[in-house]
Amino acid sequence: MSRPPLDIGAYEANDGYQSLHKIAAGMSAADVLETIKSSGLKGRGGAGFPTGLKWSFVPQGESSPQQKYLVVNADEMEPGTFKDRLLMEGDPHLLLEGMIISAYTIGASIAYIFLRGEYHGSVKTLKKAIAEAYEKGYLGSDILGTGYGLDIILHTSAGRYICGEETALLNALEGKRANPRAKPPFPQVSGLWGKPTIVNNVETLCNLPGIITYGIDWYQGLGQGADAGTKMFGVSGRVKNPGVWEMPLGVTIRELLEDKAGGMQDGLGLKAFLPGGGSTDFMLPEHLDLALDYDEISQKGGSRLATGTMIVLDDQTCPVGMIGNLMKFFAHESCGFCTPCRDGLPWVDTIFRDFEAGRGSEKDLSILKEQVDYMGPGRTFCALAPGATAPLGSGLKYFEDDFKEHIQQKRCTYRN
Amino acid sequence: MSSQVIASTKNRARVLTEAEISEIEHEKTLYPDNQAVGLEALKIVQNHQGWVSDESLLAIAEYLDLSVADLEGVATFFNLIYRQPVGRNVILYCDSVSCWICRGDDIKNYLSERLSIDYGQTTEDNEFTLIPVPCLGDCNNAPVMMVGQDLHRNLTKAGIDEIIDQYRNKNA
Repeated sequence: MSRPPLDIGAYEANDGYQSLHKIAAGMSAADVLETIKSSGLKGRGGAGFPTGLKWSFVPQGESSPQQKYLVVNADEMEPGTFKDRLLMEGDPHLLLEGMIISAYTIGASIAYIFLRGEYHGSVKTLKKAIAEAYEKGYLGSDILGTGYGLDIILHTSAGRYICGEETALLNALEGKRANPRAKPPFPQVSGLWGKPTIVNNVETLCNLPGIITYGIDWYQGLGQGADAGTKMFGVSGRVKNPGVWEMPLGVTIRELLEDKAGGMQDGLGLKAFLPGGGSTDFMLPEHLDLALDYDEISQKGGSRLATGTMIVLDDQTCPVGMIGNLMKFFAHESCGFCTPCRDGLPWVDTIFRDFEAGRGSEKDLSILKEQVDYMGPGRTFCALAPGATAPLGSGLKYFEDDFKEHIQQKRCTYRN
Repeated sequence: MSSQVIASTKNRARVLTEAEISEIEHEKTLYPDNQAVGLEALKIVQNHQGWVSDESLLAIAEYLDLSVADLEGVATFFNLIYRQPVGRNVILYCDSVSCWICRGDDIKNYLSERLSIDYGQTTEDNEFTLIPVPCLGDCNNAPVMMVGQDLHRNLTKAGIDEIIDQYRNKNA
């Protein structure tokens, strides 16, 4: 962190909580919903689903359940993803302001922050910020004389990656084992304790205050390409200056990797990268001039922008080993509920351990290829195993020579 | 037979402390039912006792009127609930991809060697328990690990020596 978190005074002095004053001066929930829909904001948690559209699925009106919930997905655990923690520890009031806008729009009187149990620093900054916001009347009953009231409850998780899946998260919040739920019904209709619930990612909510305060034109003008607004982009791996930066959507990958992250460390070359966390397909140096846009990364890069936090593989680190590390992670984090994931991932993990030990065979390679299909989208109960097949499938395609080398040499040739 | 089992379950439950009960009661105001409070109670008890023993689990189940089996199912699902005793300091070592690329495995091996323990084990002096953890969200400072509530970044072998000494001296 390059500076301590803003307290409420400093935050207000920088236009903080202005959106709430604007809403209190005469924006209805329907007005806010329309604004967010028109802004083009897409969810920043990984799936990139339009935020306003998601909110619009929450039943409204007198016949709808009166209790509705907002839940913040602050369970950041995607390997190589380190953006939400920065937001919560650097600018906690931005998240709270976004939460109030979201909860007001969907009509939620209670909002839970589902925070990773290991994020002790975020607990401190959020607790302090919540207390300050209550003191100033931005939380509690009758916020700024609108008659609308909201309570925020900070919940720390007891662990497990699967809690990032929104229905598993809701089960965990209800004190159950975090197995994902069948959809439909979607949480927007029947979520936390069976009530209409919106689950939004931390970064998504942090986009809201700016949109309301400065307007749609301002927000859309921030993006350089097809998508609106900015995004937190990160780079990790053996680059000169790893870190996270807020940049316009639409900047090129090269700009992020070379200008911000400083390029590869001396003596290393770029072999490949995962553009948005461990559940995304590998991309190659030939993709460096693609724009960091949702559609461009998927259509031209064959991957997903997802969390926007890039993991860089250098040319002196074994791609087979890297994929093996990811498979071990996914195998360990499978909730065990459905068969392709529970049985497929440990099988794949075992094969990678064999490759590492020099026991990999051509038959293993064909089993891995089959597993990409068996665990792919549509074959499993949730997105965990399909997420694992992204680096696995693309890795098998791009690094076939490396796999073959392991088989022929009966060892990992990247190690001395 | 079943009433005897239930009676023996009750007999084995320990008595929750006043502090534990008061924190559990506070959680009750934040959630609409006891099932949700159950997971919070496991965390509260662990915070006070270091881990969740059978006796603690039974006490929570009884206090909140929850099924022992359900609560056990929850307790064993989540990796930050410890159903076995742990040392004074739990080391959560990141074994995810960015740390791995930055040679986190070498540092982990050195740490294991220094402490003479592997994942899931506790040092003889009961000072440290070593557990792997998924990505700690500090990938620009890889490799990283967490000791207690403290994040240690940009780990090196020399850094590991310092950190071990620091915690050992703190409790000496």
